[in-house]
Amino acid sequence: MEIQLVSPSPHVHAKASVSAIMGDVCIALLPAVAVSVLFYGWAELLVLGVSAVSCVALEWVIARFLMKKKGAFCGPAALVTGLLLAMNLPVTTPWWVVLTGAVFAIGVAKMSFGGLGQNIFNPAIAARVFLLISFPAYMTDWTVTPGFIHSTDAVSGATLLGKVAEGGAAAVAGTDYLRTLFLNIGGSAGEISTAALLLGFVYLLCRKVVKPWITLSVFATVALVSGVFWLIDPAQYTDPLFNLLTGGVVLGACFMATDYVTSPMSNGGGVIYGIGIGFIVMMIRYFGSYPEGMSFAILIMNMAVPLLNRKFHQRKYGRK
Amino acid sequence: MSKKITFAIGGIHPADSKFASHRPIEVLPLPPVMYVSMAQHLGAPAKPTVAVGDKVKTGQVIAEPGGFISAFVHSPASGTVKSIGPRKDLAGNDMTHIEIAVEGDEWAEGIDLSDTLVTQIPEDRLEILKKIQNCGVVGLGGATFPTHVKLNPAPGSIAECLIINGAECEPFLTSDCRIMLERPREIIVGAAIMQKVLGGCRCVIGIEENKPEAIRAMSEALAELGYAGIGISVLKKKYPQGGEKQLISAVMGREVASGGLPISVGAVVQNVATALAVYDAVQKNRPLLTNTLTVTGDCIPEDRMHNYLFRIGMPLSYIAEQAGGVPENAAKIVSGGPMMGKAVANLDACTVKGSSSILYLSAKATKRKAAQNCIRCGRCADACPMGLEPFLLNRLYKAGDVDGLEKNAAQDCIECGCCLYSCPAHIPLLDSIRMAKGQVMGVIRARAAAAKAAAEAAKVEEKK
Amino acid sequence: MTGIIIWTIAVLSGLGLLLSLLLFFVAKKFKVEEDPRIDEIEKVMPGANCGGCGFAGCRAFADAAVKAPNLDNNYCPVGGNEVMKKVAAILGYEIKEKAPQVAVVRCDGSCSHRPRTNVYDGMQSCKVKAALYSGDTGCPFGCLGCGDCVSACRFGALSMDPETGLPVVDESKCTACGACVKACPKGVIELRNKGPRGMRVYVSCVNKDKGGVARKACTVACIGCGKCAKVCEKEAISVQDNLAYIDFTKCRLCKKCVAECPTGAIHAVNFPVLPKKEVTNE
Repeated sequence: MEIQLVSPSPHVHAKASVSAIMGDVCIALLPAVAVSVLFYGWAELLVLGVSAVSCVALEWVIARFLMKKKGAFCGPAALVTGLLLAMNLPVTTPWWVVLTGAVFAIGVAKMSFGGLGQNIFNPAIAARVFLLISFPAYMTDWTVTPGFIHSTDAVSGATLLGKVAEGGAAAVAGTDYLRTLFLNIGGSAGEISTAALLLGFVYLLCRKVVKPWITLSVFATVALVSGVFWLIDPAQYTDPLFNLLTGGVVLGACFMATDYVTSPMSNGGGVIYGIGIGFIVMMIRYFGSYPEGMSFAILIMNMAVPLLNRKFHQRKYGRK
Repeated sequence: MSKKITFAIGGIHPADSKFASHRPIEVLPLPPVMYVSMAQHLGAPAKPTVAVGDKVKTGQVIAEPGGFISAFVHSPASGTVKSIGPRKDLAGNDMTHIEIAVEGDEWAEGIDLSDTLVTQIPEDRLEILKKIQNCGVVGLGGATFPTHVKLNPAPGSIAECLIINGAECEPFLTSDCRIMLERPREIIVGAAIMQKVLGGCRCVIGIEENKPEAIRAMSEALAELGYAGIGISVLKKKYPQGGEKQLISAVMGREVASGGLPISVGAVVQNVATALAVYDAVQKNRPLLTNTLTVTGDCIPEDRMHNYLFRIGMPLSYIAEQAGGVPENAAKIVSGGPMMGKAVANLDACTVKGSSSILYLSAKATKRKAAQNCIRCGRCADACPMGLEPFLLNRLYKAGDVDGLEKNAAQDCIECGCCLYSCPAHIPLLDSIRMAKGQVMGVIRARAAAAKAAAEAAKVEEKK
Repeated sequence: MTGIIIWTIAVLSGLGLLLSLLLFFVAKKFKVEEDPRIDEIEKVMPGANCGGCGFAGCRAFADAAVKAPNLDNNYCPVGGNEVMKKVAAILGYEIKEKAPQVAVVRCDGSCSHRPRTNVYDGMQSCKVKAALYSGDTGCPFGCLGCGDCVSACRFGALSMDPETGLPVVDESKCTACGACVKACPKGVIELRNKGPRGMRVYVSCVNKDKGGVARKACTVACIGCGKCAKVCEKEAISVQDNLAYIDFTKCRLCKKCVAECPTGAIHAVNFPVLPKKEVTNE
């Protein structure tokens, strides 16, 4: 007889692992990634490639040589950060700016806090905001590059939200919402196809990787706040559907606000967190100087997470 | 059939793995030597009443209760007491055992060995309780709490519902399923006896949906015997349905307050195997000498799996030998289910009243993976059937914050293992929470003792 | 431009002055009256806040020392006699000098001495392991090897030897605070007098099993034969529950017991010449 293992119970384990979960998130991002590559071509592939490879490589190097902890490296988790960062950047972003973003995301926002599971802010968003402040010119250049599929309505220039910031709701009157749902050329890779993003999100829900509460409460709040303002003055304020379908609301609410590490753990906390994000993003869109505020909204609410975790607990058995 | 029910908070769905459920129960032959442990029940160990060299008969009392919460122990075979002394249990710790050299199977007088079903239940409640106590019946669902104590709630508390636990929610185990299939009528008479002892309350037999044959057999037996006030509830498959508190939530929709007993919400929970033991004790005068045990695992072929009727005191190694030896690829041997069972460090240990399985697990199924950082996914909290936050308790334990642990109810943990099972980062959550629970329970007990002492001192003061 | 600078400076300095005045008065008004000797004692303490004295930290110790009628129950093991002399001087008390001590690991059950009977696969914590079962060797008393003592040590004096799987005490760093003694669920570690120039003799075993059982589990176990007790002239050695114990207050370091021990369970350390190895390995 071989030497036997002895351990406290339980003696079996679910198949779930951190790598598998993060792998599922990568799979869920695939439709949106594919759409962006198809329509933006080689340039987008370069941004995605640089971001993904440098994030994974940086995390490995830092974990291996600086932190000297084997467990600190999780490839699929770094890949998620890399993909999300790329999807938040304009397709024309130079490779070295992408690389700078990756260094900030992994080096500053993630590993300096202790690596996987320890960071306060979502690394991809922190890096995006860092780049937006450091390289505003690159980060607002919405030139459209030729894709593998040529689209007739590929227009370079300001995004829809950019137009709103310039000329109010009237500037985007007559926008085809069906088109913004499926194929909205212009803006960053993560803004092209809302439908592809939602498809990925449904996959995550089916795999029980995420719960829908945070995302739904972001959507509901965005719709409610914009609905109220739109009813007050439709010429000045854009309508709810426009606000849901444009910019980073869907990408943010489905993939970045739901990041385990930087979102509240309880359902109740998640709802408050989502409401906060929805409210802040609409305030920035309507009254702020930036046309889009999803990144800022998520970062601000990231700070509230420890408080929400403290306040909201699960109902305990046999206790009121 | 009525709606399927389950408990309200948490729970997980591990793979069923009940491979041995169609293997009929076989009776094991007697080994040459048996060792009977004195600590087979919750509470104080029993005290031996025989001496070395004594001749004993099967079913004869060989040890008496060592306290109020304790139980009688009987000889599992006839023969000679060879020694009384320490022997290692399955965790390798010393415990007093009575060694019996088996010289046959001559039963003590007054024990009915026939198979005829006796449905006539004795009238006197106290007589029934006495019989249960004298036959050394303990809860066979896992906790091995002396049954006569549980069936005799403190004055003032009223049992409203007797729940017979046939959930068998642990993967792999099939012994409860088999006895429900093979001895359903005896179980129902046993349930009726306990119902009578508790003053004729409602009785619900809860069986998980993954045992349709057992549900059918029990329903038929119930219809045939026609006792009033006994019903069968089909439970959804969810672990830990067979936990006392979870079963009460599922069947009655009530929750036992922290630190409280099931009787505080009018519930008494007994396992189906206990019901069978009660039947044997009360109707046949047969002490608790046998129990059913499954030999199973994920690394043995189905034809090597068995359900055995074993005599308490048979060494585990003997049973393993009878079942064809320990398989080569078994990395861990577990006594009990894979979720709450104990890993066997010493296969020479002997079976006790509560033994329910010999489970062989392969390295692939059981070897723990290296722990990673917590990614705060919250799966442990979603899985916890007590609504606790294992990730938080783990952190508080590491920080040594006993107050925080008590505030976050570490003492409510039922050690079901759902948190560790579902953690994708493979953090040994339950290992530390079990320690934390011990610490908090220690604090609570010390506080209670201090309060009691203070109250007594105040009383003395008053008398002066 | 200059106007802005002047204004800035003026406002900021004014604000600073105002707030510092506020702080000053608040500090005056709400000052807590404390025995000044507490501060004095705290200054001479080692400042490790290790809790080895039984109090939460050095200040708590100082507080307790000031309130205590004498220093019999207050002793800082880290600072030792020197610090205690200073404390006593401040308080005007007498102290009983204590011999300097060191943590001693009383187990020599390395993998080669004590074969493994199973593999522990749970959380790496001696406490968890001890609560679960008797351990992964035939000896239910000895070191469990998960390193609870190492993580308990605030002074970095303990480390696990990867070869033997046993903790090793760095005598130069050990302050005898006793944290490891409390952390060890098996009671393997004991605080013993350091001895002259670090020389000491001790039984490196805590196995209370009968000789045969102990020997089967571990080749260097104390089998409780009592030969050491017979050979000892100072009556420093007692055998209880099949286990010998050397009273360090009586031992005169003659090392006769070391030569007598049939299993080599008695260790003599830091002795100048090197006959020890040959003797114990006979």
